[in-house]
Amino acid sequence: MSGGAIDPEELQQHRSYLLRYAILQLRDPHLAEDVVQETLVAAIEGRAKFSAQSSPRTWLVGILKHKILDVLRKRSREAELPVAEGEDPDELLDSLFQQDGHWATPPREWGDPEKSLENARFWEIFEQCCQRMPVKTARAFMMREFMDMSSAEICQELVISTTNCWVLLHRARLALRECLDLNWFGKAG
Amino acid sequence: MTMLNCKQNTELLSQVLDRPATLRERLAVRLHLMMCRGCRNFDKQLAFLRKAGQEWARKL
Repeated sequence: MSGGAIDPEELQQHRSYLLRYAILQLRDPHLAEDVVQETLVAAIEGRAKFSAQSSPRTWLVGILKHKILDVLRKRSREAELPVAEGEDPDELLDSLFQQDGHWATPPREWGDPEKSLENARFWEIFEQCCQRMPVKTARAFMMREFMDMSSAEICQELVISTTNCWVLLHRARLALRECLDLNWFGKAG
Repeated sequence: MTMLNCKQNTELLSQVLDRPATLRERLAVRLHLMMCRGCRNFDKQLAFLRKAGQEWARKL
């Protein structure tokens, strides 16, 4: 018996947030369930390796990230990733900017947006806004902002050029900003 | 150096979060920001989005 090991039951308690994380990334609840299941199994099997230096949550998310990347890799090998399904990328830019490149509607002040970080409703809207982005755009954004991957790593994962990666990330930010502005900051004020 | 319009400027503001900017780019962005309130707001909001992303991953 090792002293540092964590209780399997304690690991189970983190299940629901692991699931949210996985669903947002994979957009497939069943697949997300599987990945979380695998993560918990791997964590329980490997719990002797858990060191008290990190929190169980951080440790689990670390395992989950790898599992998610495995799934994404498998999928991109199967060439399942649609390039720009549904949404015409230029449509967003055209709606935000005039022909001469000026804002159609210049962004307004958000006041003190940090306050929103403590509001549960804000996070619901934040997640909904992420879900509304085209799949590949959302994926690039989450890899960059949630998983803290570099743009070089993201290009590799998504098999796109660096320039394309920057374009996706920029589009994601524009879309998220717009969505939060319309559905949260505009209303809160 | 030609002046950036808002569309080009937002593109650069975003890229600066993903790669190192050249001195010329930094100056162009700064000049634009000095004259454009909309882009100043946008710039602050980008910083907020990054913070929110980190916070989301942390708190879950």
